[in-house]
Amino acid sequence: MAIFSVYVVNKAGGLIYQLDHYVPRSDTEKTFSFPLDLVLRPRDERVVVAFGQRDGIRGALRAAAGPGRAGGGRAWPGGAEPGRAEPCRAGPADAALPAVGHAVLAINGAEVSGRCTADGKDVLEFLSNPANYPVSIRFGRHRLSSNEKLMLASMFHSLFAIGSQLSPEVGSSGIEMLETDTFKLHCFQTLTGIKFVVLADPRQAGIDSLLRKIYEIYSDFALKNPFYSLEMPIRCELFDQNLKLALEVAEKAGSFGPGS
Amino acid sequence: MSRQAGRGTESKKMNSELFTLTYGALVTQLCKDYENDEDVNKQLDKMGYNIGVRLIEDFLARSNVGRCHDFRETADVIAKIAFKMYLGITPSITNWSPGGDEFSLILENNPLVDFVELPDNHSTLIYSNLLCGVLRGALEMVQMAVDVKFVQDTLKGDSVTEIRMKFIRRIEDNLPAGEE
Repeated sequence: MAIFSVYVVNKAGGLIYQLDHYVPRSDTEKTFSFPLDLVLRPRDERVVVAFGQRDGIRGALRAAAGPGRAGGGRAWPGGAEPGRAEPCRAGPADAALPAVGHAVLAINGAEVSGRCTADGKDVLEFLSNPANYPVSIRFGRHRLSSNEKLMLASMFHSLFAIGSQLSPEVGSSGIEMLETDTFKLHCFQTLTGIKFVVLADPRQAGIDSLLRKIYEIYSDFALKNPFYSLEMPIRCELFDQNLKLALEVAEKAGSFGPGS
Repeated sequence: MSRQAGRGTESKKMNSELFTLTYGALVTQLCKDYENDEDVNKQLDKMGYNIGVRLIEDFLARSNVGRCHDFRETADVIAKIAFKMYLGITPSITNWSPGGDEFSLILENNPLVDFVELPDNHSTLIYSNLLCGVLRGALEMVQMAVDVKFVQDTLKGDSVTEIRMKFIRRIEDNLPAGEE
């Protein structure tokens, strides 16, 4: 039972506060010897597993041209033949629907930043050099960068508005809940246009009252702080502290409280 | 008489005299800083506005009222819930204009002026003008443009304090999604 994160979006759709309270860790760290039997490829600002899957390291469901043929030839280290065909997942024929594969998070214990290792070398180059093996690589689901969160928040703001416009009834509210199999997103919009968004475990109860409580905490510790300007990112310690307290209380209460 | 917070989780009581005296100190300091009463009135209104835009969220968070559908509902909420919550008094609503867009709030006693006498050289000072700013700022954040002014003031010899509120228009830009 957990509350994963809290987002606060201002009237214009800009993200003004974000807290990751609980991030489920699904990292795997393994030692590899040359040649690497996973296909890595650069994607956005990261190096992700494009092909090949083993021991909890997830690959993207990319369409393969045929059985055993790797898609990302450029990333195949050392020019070795892709003869060691890992049993591959038959991906969807439509390569335009990539699923997110695990990204390279750390090499030999040192975190990679983007596509370069801690000492500035390009990750793919490093891994294509047999001299660097055996190497220990940590894979995991990449966490969203703050820019991505900003983009997603404004996208949600627009979807929220679309939600109310799509409604067959007049005067409908926007999106109040978004449900997936791994989390539920709850959204509360105040009469002044501020949105409080909470991502929680689907079984977590009491989120409605938590959203009201977050509204109170916002009005107390952000708005009553004279140095905080409206609509700007919230950087108030008291707000952080009280919010974390409220989340902990809600998590404990939610396990046996009445459904909200 | 002590001020009590609304049905929030914490009920903070405060000495109303501290509140009255603090407000008095604020106004006298403004009078010293600005030469004439008009400037002080404007400044009080501005300060009230800045308070109002933040106070509305506190009010909405603690009182859980929904959106008001017309100006009469707004008047009721202001008099019966908001004034009660923040100043501990319940003004009465009277003098509705025929179009339903103007009304008066009659305050029998104004906690801000408990120990106050206006001296002769400040006869045009609107002592409680902060309240006008607060009402204006708060309503602007819920998409209502209003004009608020004092028409009677016990400090100036009238029997009651009367605040006149006039609805100007609904603010259509930047509406939160779902309000049309």
